[in-house]
Formats: sequence, structure tokens, C-alpha cells
Amino acid sequence: MKGEPRDLKLMVNGKFYELKVKPKALLSDVLRNNLKLTGTKRGCLESTCGVCTVILDGKAVRSCSILALQANGHAVTTVEGLADGDKLHPIQEAFINHGAIECGFCIPGRVMMAKALLDENPNPTREEVKLAMHGILCADVGYVKQIEAVEIAAEKMRGGE
Amino acid sequence: MAGKKQTKAKADKAAVILKKEEYSIIGKPFPRVDARAKVTGEAKYAADIEMPDMLWGKVKRSPHAHARILRIDTSKAEKLPGVMAVITGKDFGGFRWGWSRETRDEEPLATKKVRYLYEGVAAVAAIDEDIAEEACELIEVEYEPLPGVFDPFEGMKEGAPLVHEDRPGNICVEYHWNFGDVEKAFAESYLVREDNFQTPRMAKGYIEPPAIVAYWSGGNHLTVQAAKGSPYFPYRILANCFNLPLSNVRIVQPFIGCDFGGTKNDMVNGDFSAVMLAKKTGKPVKIVYTQFDELTVCLRRHPMWVTIKTGVTKDGRLKAIQTKVISDGGAYTRMSPLSNYLTGICMGMPYELPNFKTDIFCVFTNNPSSAAMRGHGIYHTRFAGDVQLDMIAEELGIDPVEIRLKNAIKNPEPGKIYETINKLTLATCGMEECLEKTAEAIDWKEYKKGKRVKGDKAYGMGFAAGGYLSGTKLSGHNACAAMVRICEDGSINLMTGATDVGQGSDSVMVAMAAEVLGIGLGDIDIKRVDTDHTPVDPGTYGSRVTVYAGEATINAAKDAKRQLLEVAAKEFGVKPDEIEIKDKKAFVRANPQMNMPWERLVRMACYTTPGMVIIGKGQSSQGISTYGLADFNKGIGNIGTNYSFTAQAQEVEVDLETGVVKCTDNSVIAHDCGFPLNPPAVDTQVVGGAYHPGVGAALYCEFNMDKGLTLNPNLVDYKLPRAYEAPMTKVIHVITNDPFGPFGAKEASEGSTCTAPPAVINAIHDATGVWIKDLPAKPEKVFWALKEKREKEKK
Repeated sequence: MKGEPRDLKLMVNGKFYELKVKPKALLSDVLRNNLKLTGTKRGCLESTCGVCTVILDGKAVRSCSILALQANGHAVTTVEGLADGDKLHPIQEAFINHGAIECGFCIPGRVMMAKALLDENPNPTREEVKLAMHGILCADVGYVKQIEAVEIAAEKMRGGE
Repeated sequence: MAGKKQTKAKADKAAVILKKEEYSIIGKPFPRVDARAKVTGEAKYAADIEMPDMLWGKVKRSPHAHARILRIDTSKAEKLPGVMAVITGKDFGGFRWGWSRETRDEEPLATKKVRYLYEGVAAVAAIDEDIAEEACELIEVEYEPLPGVFDPFEGMKEGAPLVHEDRPGNICVEYHWNFGDVEKAFAESYLVREDNFQTPRMAKGYIEPPAIVAYWSGGNHLTVQAAKGSPYFPYRILANCFNLPLSNVRIVQPFIGCDFGGTKNDMVNGDFSAVMLAKKTGKPVKIVYTQFDELTVCLRRHPMWVTIKTGVTKDGRLKAIQTKVISDGGAYTRMSPLSNYLTGICMGMPYELPNFKTDIFCVFTNNPSSAAMRGHGIYHTRFAGDVQLDMIAEELGIDPVEIRLKNAIKNPEPGKIYETINKLTLATCGMEECLEKTAEAIDWKEYKKGKRVKGDKAYGMGFAAGGYLSGTKLSGHNACAAMVRICEDGSINLMTGATDVGQGSDSVMVAMAAEVLGIGLGDIDIKRVDTDHTPVDPGTYGSRVTVYAGEATINAAKDAKRQLLEVAAKEFGVKPDEIEIKDKKAFVRANPQMNMPWERLVRMACYTTPGMVIIGKGQSSQGISTYGLADFNKGIGNIGTNYSFTAQAQEVEVDLETGVVKCTDNSVIAHDCGFPLNPPAVDTQVVGGAYHPGVGAALYCEFNMDKGLTLNPNLVDYKLPRAYEAPMTKVIHVITNDPFGPFGAKEASEGSTCTAPPAVINAIHDATGVWIKDLPAKPEKVFWALKEKREKEKK
């Protein structure tokens, strides 16, 4: 029947899940409500602010604009899967150490966007970092330190210090 | 002047307690205490909170901007499976609320009449969000649509529809102040100019929409976790609304995704609804607004129409300013009395102004209500004043930096006070230095000589200056306190009533306590507000947290330290004031060999002495009425405890074909926040929390309205600066060490939000010769202005 819950198989942060979800359920709803992964934020629900950004099969996507069932059989990484246990990812470290965090509401989406960028392009130009950051709104830090933090993390990930 | 002396004496006590060169933490870059939780996703914001058995609520909204409510039928909604409760405004028993006792003109949900589009009229709690939404659609409401008023000029006309029947002329609030003799001064002026400026209605621009989770226990204890920047507002309002003693109202502070004044200081329909639905169902109820809700019903910046008449001497000195301000207050009073007050009260800054007269009218309309927004009130008139100053400079042939330097209030000598025409008192003012450093950093002398037009692009540089209040002084409860609890292992709990909405106050409070106690940042755990445990505090607004909660924190840390030093004194056989604690070591100043580690001292105090429980308590009282309050009727007196100053230089690139204006990275902001307690945090505040929103106000941000309907209720059509539109600016700290602020600090960055719009508009003029007097300078406005100029030049 239309609207009846359907099966969803999903890999999230390396863990396999089998769920039943409504066809209209958004990926962000399932991450937040079913899997309790509230690090992924609920912002505008219409693909304008970018704070719900997660990585789906290596690509940064806005989880408010993807149905959970579209992710059936795919792998998702959220901010909760970024650190290695207690050891923070270099992007996370750079954001903390460079003072690129204020209210923090956009940060989970932003660091996932940064990870997708740096995984694909380890040595981005400033324009490329700006382009990636362009999709996520920030109301307080003001992009400057965030862009610099991504560049600092990129350097570290390439093996420099 | 007894009052002033008292203020000064009080301030001296609170002021610098160590020599600056001895600071271990303050004034140096230190990491934010909450950064790790935020970067890992562990930080819980209101919408992230979930409780067992929790229900989802939704608000039913009116499709009319102005209509009488004839009938509400909730029966169909109640029958929908999964619906647990439906409420209407009548459930609140006639409760009305407002910013002050005199302005209680709003209901939690409208009962008789709706006054703006999408005003809440009912609400539903259901087992999930979809069912709650479906149920809202099943609520039947019969309305009698009324003619509306959507423009303050129309609203003031005789015979205009009344938004509130008991408010003739739709006047929400008006002020009429007169200082000196403007007529005489205009008659004596070499040049008098009158211009009209306009600022648009704006969104606050935060990314986290309002959200709340509410639940009741034991029938008469209420707990609320909500996205509120001033949790003691809902604490009082909900106690009144639900007839509870304050002791039974518990507001617990989650992380907050920015505030910027207005909505998150205040209440929304969804807050009252969640609490009432939770009461009815006996279960926790969560309501999360969407960004659409935020952009259609939440509080906005007032649009203001400013007529400004200024007289100057031949050499460009200000003789008098007269303003007339009309603002659109929207449907309810909310904070309009304060917003409109602020738009006049600070005209005596940052320039010396001997005569000032103003008439301010705020008008009710059937638009969503207006309220505080970062740069509160001052932004509108500072925009008008600083653009007009460039017009005057041009007419007189004076350099824009020179005319500002000529008029800037000079930094008073230590111990002296500068008093504005309406008796705002400044102990420090770095305006001159800010202007000089800005002009120097941008190399204005060279830039000025350069070519403006390069191909189809024109480039220009604009300047602006401004002052802003810090530690707002308002009537009502305006004191705050802090507690420092020393645990037996030497770790510390710090409790204040201050709310960190992202500005970094938690980190600064921890740093101040650590500095006073001579320990490290990592030794202190600051608790977020929980009204069951933390001391009452007015909230995060009016740039008051660092100044007031900071003073309270310093005093609490000193009190705890005093108790420890008494123990150490006995051990060392000296007097307490001969001992210092630094780098987690207590030592006798004259003989540092006599020392003991912090942990040992604490353990000794807790165990070997009679067995102490060490709690340091501290208060801030500079904000309370004893030390002088502003007189709202006359526009006289201090609205701040001290005042920050900002100068900005901004380059723009104007596309001469399309009218598109961009701010380039060639910009400098010099900011006098007294003393930057955490310099990189001040930088991000100045850049992201002030400068970029200022660029937004100058070029992009504006609600487009049609008879109360918001035409651009999403963050694409309502454009906020994104990474491409947000210039990489340079921030310069100008240090003035204000005696009234903790460690010499004043507010940081709210003032900087007021300088970007005039700087950008002045830069557009420098580039092209056109003046844009109504914000924002969207491409079509610039395009037509350029066309008009070209046609004039042809003739």
C-alpha cells in the first residue's frame, strides 16, 4: 500500500542497518530519528543551508533532499563517523585549533563537505575550497577561518605539518 | 554628579586585578571550551533532544494577515488516529504577554483576531510529525477577513484600519527629544543638508530555526529545553502563563545555533503550544520550526525610514543633527520600544554633536512583528548619518577620513569622562585611533589617487565609523551572578546565568575564572544554564554578557580564591594578601620558595581545616538602576556601561553594465573593544558575526512583501552572504582598556555590524558617483542609478 513502511538496508559509519521506513522519509529524518545520529543537523529542509550534509558513497549530499530509500544499499558517513575513536580527524582538529567554530550548527555538515572535497582533491586551490564551502551557510564565523581550516587540514592530510 | 562617582568607584573594584603583562590566559589566543563537542556532532541543540514517549507538535496558522476569528472546530483533527491533543488560544485563559508590563498585547495563540499572516491559532500534538501536520489541516477555522495595513505611512493616516483597536493611529511607540538648539545651529551652519534613507526588513540570519521540547513532572513542575538565547525570559513568561512559582520552572539550555536578538530572546507560538500540549497530554512535546516558519512568522529587523538634516561649519564640523524616523513595528509591540529608543539614543556617538533633535514613530502594521537584531536600532541611523557625512564631505571638498577624524570623539584622559549631548558617558573612545589605523592599513593616500574605472568595472573605497553600547542598562531585573564551586580534587564548576549562543561567552567566562584563580582552562567546567541551579541572569542581548556576567565571574572567582588564601595563610604563617596563586601553585610573593601545588591547597582546605565547602559567589551590579538608568521619555542617560568603537574601510567592485556590486577582499576593520580577551574569537565575531551580515545588509538582505505575504521565504531567494560573497577582511584591535569592563573589555563586534552598510554605500559612490540611499544596493537599483547619472551627464 502507498505510504506503508518499506525495507531499507543501509551502511552508516561502517555499521550495517536494516530498517523499515516510510517512503517519504528523508535520509536526514532516518539518520536523526531512527538511528539517533543527531550530529547531522536539521536546517531548512529545502536544500538551501547545507547543514545536513553527509557523505553518500564518497559524495557530499544534502540529506534533507534525498529520500532514505534512495540510499538503499549505499554507504553513508556522518559526522559521528569522522573521528577514529577518540582521535579526531585532521579536519576536526584544524577547525578546533584554527578557531573556525562558533555556534557550531553548520559545523557537522561543513566538515563532511570538507572531507568529501579533500578525499577527492587532496590539494585544492582556495577557489575550490570556497566553492565547496559556498553550499553551506554560516551565520557567525564568517567563512574566512573555515576556508583556512580546510587548507590547514589538507596540508596535514597530505603529510605536511 | 554623585551617581557617576559611585559608578566609577564600583567599576574600579571590578576592573583589572592583575597587571596585563602578568596575564596567563586573558588576551592570548585560547581554544573554545565547546569546540570538540561541536565538531564531533555530540553537541545537542534543541531539535536534537529526544525523550521517551515524546510527541511532536505543530502550529495551525492563519491564512489571513488581518481577520476576525469567528469559529474554530478541532473535532476532525481530534479524531485522526495518532493525535493526542489539540489546543486553541482559549486554553490559555486570556493570558497576554509582552516585552514589558505596559505592552502585553499578544496571546500565545490568537483567539479573537489574527494580526499577521500565518499567526498561530491552534496546535496539535501527535505521535509523529506527519500526523501532527495532517491534523493541523483538519482544523477548521472560520474567519472574517479585515482590511489590513501594510505600510507605516498608510497606517498613520486617519481612517486607516486599526491593528489594535485600542491604539489610535496605529502608533506603537513614539519619542520626541530635543537637545540644545538645532534651529539656531542650522541658521549658523555653513552647509545644511537633508536626505532620506531607508533600511529594509531583514531576517536574523541564523541557520538553526526555533525548537523546543517541554515536559511536566509531578503535575506542577515544568521543564523546557529550547533554542533560547535568554532562557530567563521564558522562565518568567511561562511561570506567569501557567501560574507557577518560579521555583517550579526549569529551563535547561541546550547548545544554541546563534541568536542575533529578537526571536530567540523571546517567545514564539510554538513555545507556548508545546508547553500547553505537554500539560494536556502528560508527555514530552517537541515543536521544531522550519526555516519557512522562521522566515515568515519570526521576528525581523525593523524597516526604517530616516530623514536626517545635518548642519556643519565650513571646515566640516558637525553643528546639529535633526532626524525623523518612521519604523514598521509589525503586528505586536514586542521589543519595538527599545529598538526605536536605541535608534535615537546613540546619535551623540561617535562624533561630537552639540545639538540634536529627533522625532521617532513606530507604527503597527499587519506585517510580522519587528524586534531587536544585532546592531539593534543604531544600525539604521548610523547608516543614514555616515552616508550623509560623505555627501557633506564631498560638497565641502574634504577627505572622508579627515571629516571623520575632525568630528570623532577624542579618547578621554585616564580618569576623565566624555559626556554626549544626551548624557551618555564614555571613559574610553578609540574612534580616532580606529580611523587612523584603518586609513593607514588600506593605504588610503595612495588608493585615493588611483583610477576608479577599469574596463566595464569601477572600483571605490568607502569609510564608516560607529560606536555601540556595551552592557545595556535597562529597568527590571538587570543584575547577574556567578558561582565558583571548588571540588576536592581541584577541579572547578563554574555556574553563571549567561548563555553562549555561539559568541564564545562560555570560553571567556572560563578564561576569566582561570586567570583569577591561577589555574588552567582545562581545570574548569562551565555549566550551561539550568534555572534550577544557575543564578538568574537577564540574558544574551544588548552586548551585556562579557561586561556583566564577566564581572560576576571575576568576583565569584575572587571570593573562592579568598577562601583558599585564608587556608594557605595559616599554613605559611603569613597574611592572605601576601600569597598569590599562579600556574596552579600557591606561593608567598616575597618568598616563592614557600609554595604548594593547587591540588594540595584545595585538599587541605576541604579536609584538614574544619572541612570547608568552597563556593565563591560574585555579582555584577553595574547594570542595575542604582547606578543610573536611561530615561526613555527624555532620551537622556546611559544606555550602556561602556561603549565600543569601529572604523571600517571597504573596497567595492561595481559592474557598470549590470549594476552588480561585490565587496572585494581589500577591506579593514579597526575595532576598539577595550581589550580583546581572546583575540581570535573577537576576530571571528567581528568578521562573521558583524562584518559579513553587514555586507548582507548593504547588498543582499531584504524581505520582499506583498500585503503581509513574504515573497522570498527561503535562504536562496532571501540571500545571505555565502563563501563567495564574504570578503576576507583584516581586523585590527585598538586597545583602550576601559575601566568599567572586566580586564578592560567592552562589547566586541556588535558595533562592527553597523559600519559595513555605510562603508559599502560610500564605496559605491567613490567608484561610480551614485548614491544608493535605500538598502540593500541590489543590482537593479545600482543599474538605474548609473543610467540616470549617464543621462544627466549627456544633458
